[in-house]
Amino acid sequence: MSNNEKRLMTCIVCPLGCELEVEIDENGNVVAVTGNTCPKGKDYAIQEVTAPKRVVMSVVYVKGSIFPTVSVKTNKPVLKSKIFDVMKEISNITLEAPVEIGQIIIKNVAGTDADIVTTRPAPKK
Amino acid sequence: MMTTKYDSIIIGGGPAGLAAAIKAKELGLNVLLLENRDVLGGIPLQCLHPGFGLHYFKEDLTGTEFIYRFIDKFQKMGIEYFTNAHLTEIENISDTEKRIKVITSKGLQTFTAKTIIYATGARERHLYEIGVTGKRLPGIFTAGEAQTMMDVYGIMPGKEIVIVGSGDVGLIMARRFALEGATVKAVIELMPFPGGLTRNVVQCLDDFGIPLYLSHAVTRVEGDSTVEKVIISEVNERLEIKEGTEKEIKCDTVVVAAGLVPYIKILEKIGVVKDQATRGPIVNEYLETLIPGVFTAGNALVINDLVDHVVEQGELAAFGASEFVKNEGIPTRKWKRVFRGRNVRLLVPHYVSGENDVIIYARVSRPMNKVKVRFPEINKEVRLPVVKPAEMISIKLKKEEIQRAVDRITMEVLSNE
Repeated sequence: MSNNEKRLMTCIVCPLGCELEVEIDENGNVVAVTGNTCPKGKDYAIQEVTAPKRVVMSVVYVKGSIFPTVSVKTNKPVLKSKIFDVMKEISNITLEAPVEIGQIIIKNVAGTDADIVTTRPAPKK
Repeated sequence: MMTTKYDSIIIGGGPAGLAAAIKAKELGLNVLLLENRDVLGGIPLQCLHPGFGLHYFKEDLTGTEFIYRFIDKFQKMGIEYFTNAHLTEIENISDTEKRIKVITSKGLQTFTAKTIIYATGARERHLYEIGVTGKRLPGIFTAGEAQTMMDVYGIMPGKEIVIVGSGDVGLIMARRFALEGATVKAVIELMPFPGGLTRNVVQCLDDFGIPLYLSHAVTRVEGDSTVEKVIISEVNERLEIKEGTEKEIKCDTVVVAAGLVPYIKILEKIGVVKDQATRGPIVNEYLETLIPGVFTAGNALVINDLVDHVVEQGELAAFGASEFVKNEGIPTRKWKRVFRGRNVRLLVPHYVSGENDVIIYARVSRPMNKVKVRFPEINKEVRLPVVKPAEMISIKLKKEEIQRAVDRITMEVLSNE
């Protein structure tokens, strides 16, 4: 009898939503993934068990624009455990118009190696 | 005063309208676009989350990034438009002449066009439509209202939130509230399964430990001068309230995410015929309604879940308008009706000719694994691993295939096991 843990999860790579079963040994290593219908599902399961990541999105206040805010996101997924650290850093910022779309406003946010980029422009009033 | 007669006037500056205007201009039409908000872009302007454009641009964009590609292109092309323009009336003067009345900052204006492309999107269903009546307390918002407040204006509607409805919009707003520091006390869903995609249940609820109450109905929203609590009860398989299961959840804000309905009030006034299943107009393969020269696209036509489909429809309606202008009407003389067969809850378009390839957009009534989508009259069969009510199916019929039908084509979704 092995002491391996079996964890059930739903794959979120695409809308299919495959039900995955992940077998993890006592050292936290993934031994097997079943239920996936493509290789991306296996990668997702391993990532999700070892270090789950998400893209984070929010808005930042802008002064002097036609919009009071500009929308932002992390330019790559960040560790799930870092989501609220990222949000905290974002909330400390206020920008001045004009802001372009795709502008980097925080580099290496919360030490995640991801940058915060704008996803909407904020033209001057 | 001299007035221009446009080839096409496009009502709505969201994804369907912008895509239609760009395409119509590219096809050589003289175009005017009218938008009722103060900026172009429509709903994607307030969609901060990724997942847009995977099909159209083969890239994963946020709603905002997606729509700015269209806004930029539209503005570079110098297409004429008004914002803050409220359509009040369409007059169907003849098959090739439509006159519209619009309130703009300059007052009441009248424009005429050979064709109209109606791309006004959808409206949100409200609490009274899901059987919750009573006082209209401050603190009740639709999901779209809450999204506009938070993601355009930077205002938090409240701190303790209950979300009614677990469609994708409800799930995505649950995550936005949680990210911005509010407590999402519950998401309430009437059906025994979530309304939205599983990936959104995982990323938006599970990630933040937000409880999802399946098979539950909101029966009342209570409070003195603002929202203080919602009362929920379990429901049985027939969706009837189970006695003795009532419980209350304290909150200061109720967000209603109870689905969308095509917003076609002004079209109905001129006699456009509505499909009871889509709640949008009945259309042919050019997305022309039963009133010649009046086209529709996007969520005004049918509720879509992918913006990629919305822009596809906008471009198709523009193609239809250009054929109409060229030929003084759509030249097709004989139409074949497309019928809903087993497990097809809705589909568009309703009429096809065999003169063009046609994409059929459809939704199933119930989820199924390993299915075949069949069109028996034309001997066509497409296999799909899974179908769900929350996900639109889109299937292309080639014109040669459509030509095989005499006067009707049925679409049905059957188990392949």
